[in-house]
Amino acid sequence: MSLNINMEVRDEVLCIRLTGELDHHAADELRAKATKALEDPNVRHIVLNLENLTFMDSSGLGVILGRYKQIKQLHGEMIVCAISPPIKRLFDMSGLFKIVRLEPTEEFALESLGVA
Amino acid sequence: MNLQFSALSQNESFARVTVAAFIAQLDPTMDELTEIKTVVSEAVTNSIIHGYDGKPDGKVFISVLLEESAVELVIRDEGVGIKDIDEARQPLYTSKPELERSGMGFTIMENFMDEVEVRSEPGFGTEVRLRKHLLKSKALCN
Repeated sequence: MSLNINMEVRDEVLCIRLTGELDHHAADELRAKATKALEDPNVRHIVLNLENLTFMDSSGLGVILGRYKQIKQLHGEMIVCAISPPIKRLFDMSGLFKIVRLEPTEEFALESLGVA
Repeated sequence: MNLQFSALSQNESFARVTVAAFIAQLDPTMDELTEIKTVVSEAVTNSIIHGYDGKPDGKVFISVLLEESAVELVIRDEGVGIKDIDEARQPLYTSKPELERSGMGFTIMENFMDEVEVRSEPGFGTEVRLRKHLLKSKALCN
């Protein structure tokens, strides 16, 4: 199963919704698409919705950390939402939650960034 | 069970799904299957990115041995090898930060498996031997 990447800009927030499996192979495509979407001058924050992500490995951690660095340069924030227990373990292991905020749903994440 | 395939990133998914399907006969838990799929992905990705430096003419070899209530995986390449294994196993260490590698591959293998043994010879390749004891193996019910 490959990765499906759905992206939408809502106010200042780039919503990235991932369905399928995020490994080294899929990470290259996600990096390219997200980097292009971040060229939109309106975008200040990223909400990463992992509700339908069925598999992730350390390549996923790398590409997420890379986008965090990009959004930090714009003085924005990254929020991850709807994360499954196995993928949460990888985040815990890497210490990524020290810099990336976690919210239960995309709605909560958007609300916390002031998007109605 | 032995598996051999070209060092192409699109084969990473094939590798972890195939290993998981083979191990399914021991009736592992969903967590155990996810952990094994993840470590296969980590080791195979290391061989592709680091062992063969992205060159697809290299081959990755996987062998899986099923025991009564344990799984042993050997994932091997004939690539450049690792000069300093202790350094490579450090959490967050990566030799390729420009590729946005997280440096978490070996740390994940160590967390998800009971034993991780890395043997490498620069210029000849790397072999990662991984062992995991399964909690609720079918063998225990026999």
